[in-house]
Amino acid sequence: MAWKRKDLLGIRELDPAEITLLLDTAASLREIGTREIKKVPTLRGKTIVNLFYEPSTRTRTSFEIAGKWLSADVINFSASTSSAGKGETLLDTARNIEAMRPDVVVVRHSSAGAAELLARTLRCSVVNAGDGAHEHPTQALLDLLTIRERKGHLEGLQVAIVGDVAHSRVARSNIYGMRKLGMTVTVAGPPTLIPPQVQELGVKVSHRLEDAIRDVDVIMMLRLQHERMSAGLIPSLREYARYWGLTLDRLRASARSDVVIMHPGPVNRGIELSPEVADGPYSVILEQTQNGVAVRMAALFLLAGAKASQEVP
Amino acid sequence: MKLLIRNGRVIDPASGTDLQQDLLVEDGLIARSGPRLERTVAGAEVLDAGGKVVCPGLIDMHVHLREPGHEYKETIETGTRAAAAGGFTAVCCMANTEPANDTRAVTDYILAQARAAGAVRVYPIGAVTRGLGGKELAELAELAEAGCVAFSDDGRPVMNAELYRRAMEYTLPFGCPVISHAEDTNLSHGGCMNEGAVSTELGFRGIPSAAEDTMVARDILLAELTGAHVHIAHLSTAGAVRLVREAKARGARVTAEAAPHHLVLTDEAVRGYDPNTKMSPPLRTRRDVDALVEGLVDGTIDCVATDHAPHAQSEKEGEYDGAANGVVGLETAVPVLLDRLVRPGRLDLGTLIARMSIGPARLLSLPGGTLAPGAPADITILDLDRELTVDAATFRSKGRNTPFGGWRVRGAPVATIVGGTIVWRAAAGGEPGR
Repeated sequence: MAWKRKDLLGIRELDPAEITLLLDTAASLREIGTREIKKVPTLRGKTIVNLFYEPSTRTRTSFEIAGKWLSADVINFSASTSSAGKGETLLDTARNIEAMRPDVVVVRHSSAGAAELLARTLRCSVVNAGDGAHEHPTQALLDLLTIRERKGHLEGLQVAIVGDVAHSRVARSNIYGMRKLGMTVTVAGPPTLIPPQVQELGVKVSHRLEDAIRDVDVIMMLRLQHERMSAGLIPSLREYARYWGLTLDRLRASARSDVVIMHPGPVNRGIELSPEVADGPYSVILEQTQNGVAVRMAALFLLAGAKASQEVP
Repeated sequence: MKLLIRNGRVIDPASGTDLQQDLLVEDGLIARSGPRLERTVAGAEVLDAGGKVVCPGLIDMHVHLREPGHEYKETIETGTRAAAAGGFTAVCCMANTEPANDTRAVTDYILAQARAAGAVRVYPIGAVTRGLGGKELAELAELAEAGCVAFSDDGRPVMNAELYRRAMEYTLPFGCPVISHAEDTNLSHGGCMNEGAVSTELGFRGIPSAAEDTMVARDILLAELTGAHVHIAHLSTAGAVRLVREAKARGARVTAEAAPHHLVLTDEAVRGYDPNTKMSPPLRTRRDVDALVEGLVDGTIDCVATDHAPHAQSEKEGEYDGAANGVVGLETAVPVLLDRLVRPGRLDLGTLIARMSIGPARLLSLPGGTLAPGAPADITILDLDRELTVDAATFRSKGRNTPFGGWRVRGAPVATIVGGTIVWRAAAGGEPGR
């Protein structure tokens, strides 16, 4: 099948074949990173703008490397050093960037819908690198790719997504992708961190970690933002870690021996993940990061390069 | 000075009239109605209303005219011209101007400006608290004397129940209701749409129905405590409708309004992140919409009010959560409600007219709202077959922020008469005139 969309805004709008195309493309592009000369000419002459309104190391760097390995010119705008700090609106900034004729704008913003807003406004392609608590499609794709490699398939797998689901775009994008590919998803956390009526997304809900992780193939732990305490959603980090932190003991007591532990990072060590779990044999956190570059190469290739109907390099 | 409105279907809910007849206006007042008046009346200007509906001038008791202070969003002139083009002969303007309408000087200014530039009648609503700050009472007696017809801190709910109680007590002798924008701002904090399945999907923090319901309950209890008349603005939830219905059954002095957008749209409209679907209270669910329509039919909801809230384009085009709250409503209310509620038979025409004329007139003790002889000749003429496509570019309002852009609707006002003077007529050809 061929890619037809102008933008990659979320997983919810993709059909299973499109998700699989992205994963397959990523799997074949990943090999570039193992070459001695990590560069193919696929996107030579293309311009990619990273427009980041929220702090990000991993995602921004990952897009930058992906673009550079494909020979695109990659320019980084971050809110703190750009005219956004001078009060320019998102739309004005975007229109000005478009006047410089980029081929792809990669945007991260704290407002849900910001990527869709840009996609509506700009003629170039837009990739959503995280919009509020809405979607983070390339994160879900790299998670799916990592799981597929580890388990050999996706359909039929059971996944627990644990922690601050309410504020998590990673959780939402993964829920959409996993459900579309035939996986079973349980979200788990204290009720204050589970979004209302989340069952309508086709997931089960658990309020006990031990129940949620029993018999699942994959456990995805989410990052707990410290401001959730001041908002009155949890009493203390100590109590959160006590009931929702994934420790080796808890893992051994309740989870399968071949379970895979994921985390979108950055990890709060000792809170949602104990260090021995984060660094232990169940953890695939570094594979996730590696696959992130591959998935972003795939997204950029399909959006900016596939028009010329090139074969995957 | 006589005006004869010929051969229309005259509907006057206040007297239960629905008859094909003529209506005679003399010296700015309704003179009489009856069949074939032209045979006995000489020297009158004649307005042919054949095939049209002639009804009392519509009253919108909840609009934001933005003047003084936010003239870039709207002025008394543009807002009242929009009202006239929407079939309204009178509007009540909320106090959240800059400065707020919390002193006689501001009320005087609004009334003077309305006399000078207003196309329809303007009734100011005074602030409850100084600067809408929720801390100390505004000079309520003087505001009432200056001409305020109600008191409200609309948009900035008075969270301090004790202060609100005192406002209700203090205003009792004036015969003006206190109007509540019922929202517990702790419960709604950080939310920008209804809390539910759609907010979860879109990734927004939601505003639960309980943010409205708890304050409706509080204000009903305060009305019962003080004996004051409390009017609940823009009901949006099934729970609020139930609370008002029960309070009325107990005999509490509670009235309520609903806005057109809450009567026809649900939170599904927020998908796509169009800031023109953002308002406070937010669009709710199908169940809430159905309860609102039911409340409008059975009289739990006394009137339709638009909450016309014009904003500049720059305030309504960016990120959804950062966009301003509110939508314009004056120029779309009648067409949208005729098309979506009356035409499918969910609400009868007489009831809609009642909720937009005698309903608000009674609860604010305003002149008008009826076609009885001696009443001010405020008259709206509707054409139930006029078709139009909502196009914000044609609005007289400065605000273009409508959630109904592009809607094909059937049924619309064609003429608006204030005090016997025709202040607006639709251009021939069906599309709205300038």
